[in-house]
Amino acid sequence: MEIVALMKQVPDTETQIKVNPQGTWIIEDDIKWIMNPYCEFGVEEALRTKEKHGGTVTIVSIGPARAVEAIRTALAMGADKAIHVDDPALVGTTDSLGKARILAKILQSIPFDIIFAGKQAIDDDMAQVGPAVAELLGIPQLTFVNGLEWIDGRTVRVNRQVEGGSQVIECSLPVLITCQKGLNEPRYASLPGIMKAKKKPLETKNLAALGLDPAQVGKEGDTTEILRVELPPPRKPGKIVDGETPEEKAAKLAKLLREEAKVI
Amino acid sequence: MATGVLVVAEQRNGAIRKVSWEVLSEGKRLADQLGEELVAVLMGGDGISSHAEALGQWGAKRVFVAEAPELADYRTNPYARVVVQVAKQLEPRIILMGASSTGKDLAPRVAARLGVGMLSDCVGFELRDGVLVGRRPMYAGKLYAYVACKAVPQMATLRPNVFPKIEPDPFMKAEVVKVEVQFEESDLRTKVIELREEAGGRPDLTEAEIIVSGGRGMKGPENFAMLETLADLLGGTVGASRAAVDAGWRPQSDQVGQTGKVVTPNLYIACGISGSIQHLAGMGTSKVIVAINKDPDAPIFQKADYGVVDDLFKVVPPLIEEVRKLKAE
Repeated sequence: MEIVALMKQVPDTETQIKVNPQGTWIIEDDIKWIMNPYCEFGVEEALRTKEKHGGTVTIVSIGPARAVEAIRTALAMGADKAIHVDDPALVGTTDSLGKARILAKILQSIPFDIIFAGKQAIDDDMAQVGPAVAELLGIPQLTFVNGLEWIDGRTVRVNRQVEGGSQVIECSLPVLITCQKGLNEPRYASLPGIMKAKKKPLETKNLAALGLDPAQVGKEGDTTEILRVELPPPRKPGKIVDGETPEEKAAKLAKLLREEAKVI
Repeated sequence: MATGVLVVAEQRNGAIRKVSWEVLSEGKRLADQLGEELVAVLMGGDGISSHAEALGQWGAKRVFVAEAPELADYRTNPYARVVVQVAKQLEPRIILMGASSTGKDLAPRVAARLGVGMLSDCVGFELRDGVLVGRRPMYAGKLYAYVACKAVPQMATLRPNVFPKIEPDPFMKAEVVKVEVQFEESDLRTKVIELREEAGGRPDLTEAEIIVSGGRGMKGPENFAMLETLADLLGGTVGASRAAVDAGWRPQSDQVGQTGKVVTPNLYIACGISGSIQHLAGMGTSKVIVAINKDPDAPIFQKADYGVVDDLFKVVPPLIEEVRKLKAE
């Protein structure tokens, strides 16, 4: 089976975000970069799919040179090979559609049966690339998947998380699945895995090599534009509810919530 | 020329979802500012057209209704076909949907088919010479960006529980337009086997007005029963920190934070939650935050409007009694 995992490198969740003096973007110095946690579920599910059905796991990732570190991590987890897209025309792009067009172009040039992606990247939180890639490839998508079982070698049954429950959906391959927490527990890369990863094929391509026009998929072709960024407004200072006993504090809190905050 | 605001209404089991009223309300504000028409599209199985009138009372001048057995349950491709068909016929300036499990699945698919970018999960909008600028959180709310749509139709999804609802006008009537749609086999490859309701009748975290949340300080799964009691008294729901979820005390769907759900209730009561940066990002825009924690240095107190420094096991039971008394008044 030909299995693909789309993967993005993002700032660690511990990162304290800082804004540049112009207010146009964040300061990226001192950021620790990691594999997007939701992409990790995708890579893990790709590896489990290979363990069950055999085949090849290919990682596809867009990003600057630093993204290679996250790609090597995916290879160390057990993926077989990787395609990395890096191009100066992509610096500062904000458009999910442009990225989806690049990924779709690659996927049109390689065989695939099933594609895994994160439900969203935890940096821009757009949650668009997976569905947009599926659309451009003309295949179904199953999003926010937190459970997956194989009915047979060509059909999956998934749990798709929805408000207050889940949708159980069946679909035959080819399909694109976006992964939610709960789907699996991603493995750690083993030391032999890390050694082997260094020798696995990793191809870096620019837009020209993919036959893509920077005016369509690069910064220039963006159909959305970030005008300004800011930190969330600080909350007004709160008050400590005091009292001699826990009962007194509880009574005071209930009164404040009813009479001052008017929320209960 | 593109004109008007198209809102995609959302239903489950034949009932309109709450987020749809919020999206209609914001759609009406934008349409009024533009001096243009608000239009809604509604999709569902047999009988769904009976809701068209209600959408009119919320400001839609026309309601496009697609009623077909293939549309009874939400599925990406049949729904995308209808929305794209209506969008091509209407050529709206703006298309809005809720940033729900449905809208987040459908909107990017529709945007890609129309060849436009879109803004996900917006919490505010302004119009600059007819250009839609959305304010949206990034990094789970550690940053806010003002993003402009440069292509038409300008598409966005709206975070649930953020946009205020207008008062519906019972005298407003919409023109109902029936949508005839032909599905292709490729639209119908996914089969919905069932819809499992799992929240025990409580609202979903992303839609709840009140959330009572527990963390590591809860000490075990059995102690969440008192948070459930408090949540039920308040008509709210129960959330959890990542620590409580990873310990297996609560299901993953209860997790609030950067790798869980980002929530914006009117009232968020954090019990035994210290307040990691990821958790604070996920609940930091709640309107009122209460923290109950015995550690006075817990970072959660920096976000809290009301802090109670004490043992939660001594505070929550009398708090339940106090709330019960208030509710009985």
